[in-house]
Parts: sequence; C-alpha cells; structure tokens
Amino acid sequence: MTSAYKIEVENLNAWYGSNHVLVDINMKIKDRAVTAIMGPSGCGKTTFIRCLNRMHELVPRARVTGKVVFDGVDIYDDNVDPTWVRRRIGMVFQKPNPFPILSVYDNVAFGPRIHGIRDRKLLDKIVRQSLEMAGLWEEVKNDLRRPASALSGGQQQRLCIARALALEPEVILMDEPTSHLDPISAAKVEMLIRKLAERYTIVIVTHNMQQAARVSDYVAFFYMGKLVEYGPTKEVFERPRNELTERYITGKIS
Amino acid sequence: MKELHERIRRLEDKVARVLVYVALIVALIPLFSVLFEVFKRGVGVINLDFFTKPTPAVGEVGGGVANAIQGTLITIGLASLIAVPIGIVTGIFLSEYSDSKLSSIVRSFNELLNGIPSIVIGLFAYMLIATRVGFSVTAASFALALIMIPIVSRATEEALKLVPATIREAAIALGMPKWKTTIFVALRIARRAVATGVLLAVARIAGESAPVLVTMGYWKWWFAGFDRPVANLALNIFLFAKSPFENWIALAWGSALILVAMILGINVVVRLLMRERSP
Repeated sequence: MTSAYKIEVENLNAWYGSNHVLVDINMKIKDRAVTAIMGPSGCGKTTFIRCLNRMHELVPRARVTGKVVFDGVDIYDDNVDPTWVRRRIGMVFQKPNPFPILSVYDNVAFGPRIHGIRDRKLLDKIVRQSLEMAGLWEEVKNDLRRPASALSGGQQQRLCIARALALEPEVILMDEPTSHLDPISAAKVEMLIRKLAERYTIVIVTHNMQQAARVSDYVAFFYMGKLVEYGPTKEVFERPRNELTERYITGKIS
Repeated sequence: MKELHERIRRLEDKVARVLVYVALIVALIPLFSVLFEVFKRGVGVINLDFFTKPTPAVGEVGGGVANAIQGTLITIGLASLIAVPIGIVTGIFLSEYSDSKLSSIVRSFNELLNGIPSIVIGLFAYMLIATRVGFSVTAASFALALIMIPIVSRATEEALKLVPATIREAAIALGMPKWKTTIFVALRIARRAVATGVLLAVARIAGESAPVLVTMGYWKWWFAGFDRPVANLALNIFLFAKSPFENWIALAWGSALILVAMILGINVVVRLLMRERSP
C-alpha cells in the first residue's frame, strides 16, 4: 500500500503519571520529507516523537492512548511487537549516545547483529554504507576499531545516525540532534538530514527556528501539549494562521 | 589582651592536632600489630612443604596446609558458583524493576540477610543440608553462599544503576528487547563493578570460620567429594592454635598469614579494577 503519508497519528494522548502531556494530536506525516516539530520547552515535542516508536512507554507510569498508523499498521495494536516498530522507525537522540565500550565498527554493526545478521562480508558492507551515508566514512575508515568514545561530539552524533541507518529503517526520528554540537558539526548534521530526506521520512524535534526553516519541508508547532499549527514550512513561517504560532516565530514566547 | 586570645587560640589548635594524631596512632596500632605478629610468626613456616604437604599427623615433623588451601578454594568456588548467578540476577531485578513493590521487599530481605550473624546462617545450613547430607563441603558452601548473595546483588544493583539511561535507550531504540539490553549492554558496561562486588564477597567468606565450623567441622584430609568435609584455612587456625603441638601452632600462624595475604591480594585487585573503570 502506497500513500503520501508514512505515519498517521490519530487522537494521540500521552501521560506521565497524572500529567497529561499530549492532548488529542492528529497529524499525518509525509513520506520522504523532513517534518520539524517546534515549540517551547515542555510543550511535548520529545514525548510526541517518543510515542512514534514506542519509546514513551519505557518510562515508569507513562501511558498512551490513540493510534499511530505506520504504513497501515497501528503500532499500538496488541499484536504489534515494539521491537519491530523500533527496528523500522529509527531514533537519534539529543545527546550523542554511542556505546562507549564498543568500537566504531561494532556500534554501527550493533543493530544488524541483534537482528541476526552474522555474515562478516555483509556486515562490512552495511557498516561502510551506513558510515558513508552519515558522512563519517572518510574520517573513520582507517581505524574502525577505535572506541566510539574517542570520536568528537559531532562525529559521535553522525556515528549514532549511521547506527540508526544500518537497520535500513523507513523513518528516522531525531530529538534535537544538534543541540549538543558546535556550529560546524551542527551544519554537517543539517546537510546530512537534507540528504537523508531523499530516502527516508524524517521527523526532527527542534527548538531552533532557523534550523526548522533550513531543514524541514513541513513544520508542526506544539504548545502546551497540543498541536497548534501544521503545514508546509514556508507557509507556516510566512503566513502563520494561529496567533500563538506567530508569537512564537516572532520570539514573543519561547 | 588580644595577645592572650591569640595565644590561647594557637594552643587550642596545637592540642586538637596532637589529639587527632594520637587517636590515629591508637587506631592503627591494632591493625599493624596484628599484621606484624601474623607476619613474624607465620613467615617462618612458609616453605615448599607448607604449600605442598597436607596436615601432619600428631608428632610428625613438618607438614603443610596444602589440603586446607585446596579445601578453602573448593568451598569458596562452590559457594561462588551458587551465589554469583543468584546474586547477579537479584541485583538485575532490584535495579531494573526498582519501582515495583516486590523489589522493595526483596531489598529489605537482602539487607536483613546481610545483617544476620554468620553463625546463625551456619546453623540454618546445618539444619537444612548437614542433617541430610552430613557435615560436608556442600553444607559449608551453601552457608557461605548465603553470606555472599546480598553482597553480590547489592554491588550488581549499584553498578547497573550507574549505567546511563541514554545508553540503554540507544539499544532499545535499535529494537533490542529490554531484557537483552540489560544483560548485553548494561551488565557488560557494568562488568567491572560487578566483578568488584564478587571479589569483595569472596574476600568476606574466605575468612569466615563460624558457619564453616557448624556445617563442615574440622577435617585433616584432602578433598574426597562434595558430600564429605574438607580442610579449611580459617578452621585450621582455630584448631591448630588450640593444640598442644608446637608444630601445629606454627602451621596456624602460617595459615593466618596466607589467609591475610589472600584477602589483601583480593583487595588490591579490587582497587585496581575500580581505578581502571572508565570515567
């Protein structure tokens, strides 16, 4: 089944204990495009993307209702295995989190290995392709055995992207992937995001409006757990329909 | 006037300093005199025979404690074989399911078990095992395992809690089930700290004598099966020292020396492991 939308979110609600952090979210996410999730701190951006690959439920006392339909399958359906969901919907975190004790190679090969790929040649190929795609290959190709912790912050984040790519996911969720990086590394990651959008559906959380404007095709504005505005990036930035969005874009609320 | 105040203040400072040093020396005297005495009296009997020959017969000259070393290692080994898996699994449970009711109950029991006098644990193992199998390695190892479990599980729990949540999330986000993430990622990162806990537990039981006495008793011969007793270094000290034979008394000091050396050695390894742990 082919649809212009990769993920369709229907009436999504999420809680931490009694704290209702996402309220009735309805949103359709386009395939092979970058969708940016914007909004002030605490508006539910991170919780929202963590609901898209069933990471939210790992937090004690967290709860979700509603549907997240991914390629026609509701990922919250009882007979859906969350590990299947996470394999097809990859995630890159705010702070680079490579496995510190593993080498660059083993970090990238981690995903394929846990899903049963043992063939040495195939792993070599996957590692190389993933690192190339993440724009890290040239920098690490001479020493794939070096521990991941020896890389710089920006390299570590691209390694994390390569690690996610190694599973050939269809969607990549990114939670403020550049907020811990210096401007040059951040620019590299942004270019990479644009390139990845040719093949993947990308949902990126950012509280940096310039970044949203630079990298995204669509932008969603969240405020106090609600989806306030959603549309093509250019439209939202140039002609916001909602007053809250306008005030956020013009820096009156942050 | 001001000068007097100044003088009193300085005097007080001096007195306080002297008192602290005196207290320090008083505290160290027992430690060093024990180590010194054990070394002085023990070092004389340490030779090749000491490590290769078993307990001498009454009146026999020389002899060694090879059987007791063998017995101690076997007893500790079996105890570790029982306690390490149970302790690690308990520690995993305590750390990964720390908000469940059951885990707070388990944690309290663990602390309770840690506080029970070892002789009581020995008595329990005696009733449960020794009354059926007889005085044996099995009964002694069981008692020692009960002492080890809370130490190992506590260390495992603490070590796992130090592994950053972001690293676990990285593995889970790649589609690794939670239980696998705990074992293959978190436990692997925490392995040094867990090993440290195991070694500390081993050091603790290596010197235990009361529970061994109640469950296995004293034995002069080599290992002859898990349903039989075997010699033990800690008990050697107890029984040799009470004997009227000079030869045996010397062996008691020798046993004490290698026991102390063994425990010190374990502590040194623990320190090295802790230091090497990545920041």
